[in-house]
Amino acid sequence: MAYMFFGYFAGIIAITAILVVALRNPVYSALSLLVMFFHVAGLYITLHAEFLAAVQVIIYGGAILVLYLFVVMLLNVNRDDRYHSQWRVAAFVCIPLSIEFLVLLSGGIGSAHRAPASLSVEPYISNNTLAIGKMLFSTYLFPFEVASLILLVAMIGAIVLAKRDIGENNAKHMTRAPGAR
Amino acid sequence: MMVPVSYYLILSAIVFLTGVVGVLIRRNIIAILLSIELMLNATNINFVAFSDRLQDLGGQVFVFFTLTVAAAEVAVGLAIIIALHRSKSTINIEEFNLLKW
Repeated sequence: MAYMFFGYFAGIIAITAILVVALRNPVYSALSLLVMFFHVAGLYITLHAEFLAAVQVIIYGGAILVLYLFVVMLLNVNRDDRYHSQWRVAAFVCIPLSIEFLVLLSGGIGSAHRAPASLSVEPYISNNTLAIGKMLFSTYLFPFEVASLILLVAMIGAIVLAKRDIGENNAKHMTRAPGAR
Repeated sequence: MMVPVSYYLILSAIVFLTGVVGVLIRRNIIAILLSIELMLNATNINFVAFSDRLQDLGGQVFVFFTLTVAAAEVAVGLAIIIALHRSKSTINIEEFNLLKW
């Protein structure tokens, strides 16, 4: 049963991941990524990470993907999307990576069936959200605060980058680079 | 009746390699950002699989932080794309050679 669920989710994830790269229209790529996010959330549920599954659907599927689709439709790009002209360099990088992947795959399967190392952890609490909250606010309190700082900086940075005329009046008298707008 | 953790590693490696290939061969900047999302999700699958296998919630907390960083990256990246599109009215990456020497 577990194998069946894993096979379904893994198959859909792999197929849609390849479709994200292969499809030419960015809207289709984004929608295929949405399907992949939902199936990753399903995979999280089979791994007993219910809170992360909900967060995955809400943040990735709800916020990030909508932002992508918004930008795609704002910029109105669905043309001239061939592959990069430096695809030889890409192949030169990717083929060793693929070979390494295959080597690791052929060598490492048998050794992964060992029992996990005995860690001194308390038994898994059935309430996943409660356990994550307790851990987040005790052990990982400082990284949690740093994450809030990252979000603040990203918000200010996005506003400054995307807004058209911040500092425009001040920069008017300065010399402008010939490539600037 | 547990799926061995190597299966999750294989799935995550496939998704990550797809993301790397996408970053390298696509010319659309939005497609490149989508491929970066693929790579982030591949690492998240690894984190959750090992968190379940080792019965340690630290992996899930790290996925939480990865989500935060991904959200920040998307916000800043899309703002950069909008600024680029405003300056050159294209998002084809081969048109941008301002920093090339």
